[in-house]
Amino acid sequence: MKQNSFRTGPDERGRFGLFGGRFVAETLMPLILDLEAAYEKAKADAGFHAELASLHKHYVGRPSPLYFAERLTDHLGGAKIYFKREELNHTGSHKINNVLGQILLARRMGKQRIIAETGAGQHGVATATACARFGLDCVVYMGAVDVERQKPNVFRMQMLGAKVVPVQSGARTLKDAMNEALRDWVTNVHDTFYCIGTVAGPHPYPAMVRDFQSIIGAETRAQILEQEGRLPDSLIACIGGGSNAMGLFHPFLDDPSVAIYGVEAAGHGLERENGHAASLAGGKPGVLHGNRTYLLMDDDGQILEGHSISAGLDYPGIGPEHAWLRDIGRATYLSATDKEALAAFQLCSKLEGIIPALEPAHALAKVIELAPRLPRDHLMVMNLSGRGDKDIFAVAEHLGGM
Amino acid sequence: MTTRIDARFARCAEENRAALVTFLMGGDPEEATALELLKALPGAGADVIEVGMPFTDPMADGPSIQAAGLRALRAGMTLNKTLALVSDFRKTDDDTPIVLMGYYNPIYVHGVEKFLAEAKAAGVDGLIVVDLPPEEDDELCLPALKAGLNFIRLATPTTDDKRLPSVLSNTSGFVYYVSLTGVTGAAIADYRNVSAAVARIKMHTKLPVAVGFGVKTADNARAIAAQADGVVVGTALVDALKNSLDAEGRATGKTVEAVTHLVRALAEGVRTARN
Repeated sequence: MKQNSFRTGPDERGRFGLFGGRFVAETLMPLILDLEAAYEKAKADAGFHAELASLHKHYVGRPSPLYFAERLTDHLGGAKIYFKREELNHTGSHKINNVLGQILLARRMGKQRIIAETGAGQHGVATATACARFGLDCVVYMGAVDVERQKPNVFRMQMLGAKVVPVQSGARTLKDAMNEALRDWVTNVHDTFYCIGTVAGPHPYPAMVRDFQSIIGAETRAQILEQEGRLPDSLIACIGGGSNAMGLFHPFLDDPSVAIYGVEAAGHGLERENGHAASLAGGKPGVLHGNRTYLLMDDDGQILEGHSISAGLDYPGIGPEHAWLRDIGRATYLSATDKEALAAFQLCSKLEGIIPALEPAHALAKVIELAPRLPRDHLMVMNLSGRGDKDIFAVAEHLGGM
Repeated sequence: MTTRIDARFARCAEENRAALVTFLMGGDPEEATALELLKALPGAGADVIEVGMPFTDPMADGPSIQAAGLRALRAGMTLNKTLALVSDFRKTDDDTPIVLMGYYNPIYVHGVEKFLAEAKAAGVDGLIVVDLPPEEDDELCLPALKAGLNFIRLATPTTDDKRLPSVLSNTSGFVYYVSLTGVTGAAIADYRNVSAAVARIKMHTKLPVAVGFGVKTADNARAIAAQADGVVVGTALVDALKNSLDAEGRATGKTVEAVTHLVRALAEGVRTARN
């Protein structure tokens, strides 16, 4: 049967085809059902949307510009490249879009204590920011390795009044931060709201986070129609869990003329065992953190640690909707290595005067590869999902500049 | 169909005492010692044995059981080896019920039907899979029941009366009441609420109700055993095991005795609770 729409998922069990679901401990299940009901109610409430829209405009600075990257376009000599400037948002990335939605929901549910996991620290900073804005207690779990490589964001969170807990278990990165946040949630379920930062976790998180991030794609659609008079030919975004990508892609899923590319982190290279974080390219379906999706794991179902230079992409899973879009062929998933991302990071800084975060530098690496082969009238939109201030020390170290 | 689990709880009821349910991680600290420990548990007074299936990301476990899983994995433990551990145990004990406890991913990756057939053949009696709520029953619970294995569900303080029937509907063997919201090994629960919670669950089911989380000493076990059909002890045993290891995390001559000593004390607590 031909699919009428790619935008109707998930089903009532939280599934996107095989993927998604609610694989959580019984302690959390009643709360997850409450959350789903509260979200459905908020979604139907014009007051909720009006409050969020007001915050977007006056607090975040939305809409974020759709910017023609003229010098990069000239340099590559092919497709006309646009950046969706999510790095200009308050707190420096797309993460704030989702956080504000969830925090408003937490307030409606009467929850005073917010917990979050963070990899690069962008989601942690966004959560700490929103908690400061609304006077809520905030605890952020961050892998001890990430605490080291993303120091500036740790200071920012602390400045905003959040408690940052370095997680010492496992690989001490994003996966372990999520385990620890789930353990906190199981323990403090009565007063705590878990603000998940990506389109993963048990239903309704993947759909809810996608909805809150879809403002990226909705704005892009209006902006490109205004600036070019037509839809883009391709979209491209980096993927760790995949929230910035899902937010850009979702409003375009039913436009067959729009090609969609997600870019995973290939780390040291896909051929290197446990040396990358590309769960679609190198993983298989499994169950972790409340959902079924593609995971990096060994033959016994033990989760691998993976690697990426980017703390935000260093995650052995991917949002279930991406897993589904891959399997049905609606989106194409590529990967970029640490080296390619570093080169793109430098090129963007020098040609456009924009220092991107290492995460979108992965998407940019594939723009650099794809654009020269495409005609000049091909419109390509890349999600510049975060700014690179947090990464300059890590990059300098890799380039031998420190 | 009467399973080993049903038979054991029935026997304990006849003896007017609660069952002692013990948990150890399969393959902790390595296979040989784990088997020796397993074989020593019934003699020390364990009525039902839970064997943990190690997993890298045990999101409902506290530091002790996390570390036990990692010790086992580092020593090369796999799901196949956990099943072999049970088969080896069954060669000398055809009576003590064995419940495998863990997370879904290793089972899913192994293949559900294959796993169930192998578990049944190995002599496994029941399964506790932490991240499979009733909403996901078609994944493993229903196939497990069909394969003749008990599927034991956790009920928690957040499981309200509205939810209890669905939590209990496909549960068999016994109900595992988790006496506090939290990860394994967390602080000792307030036992005054246990009776009321057990009574609430029993209004919905005829199954025995075992209570766990926070049980560390013979006194704790005695307090719970007065109010429930079973007492589950995990972290305290895992800690006793860990404290007996040498600096490199290897078993010592004291390891088996360290665990069985505590099991004997807990068994004594369980047996004197209703006197």
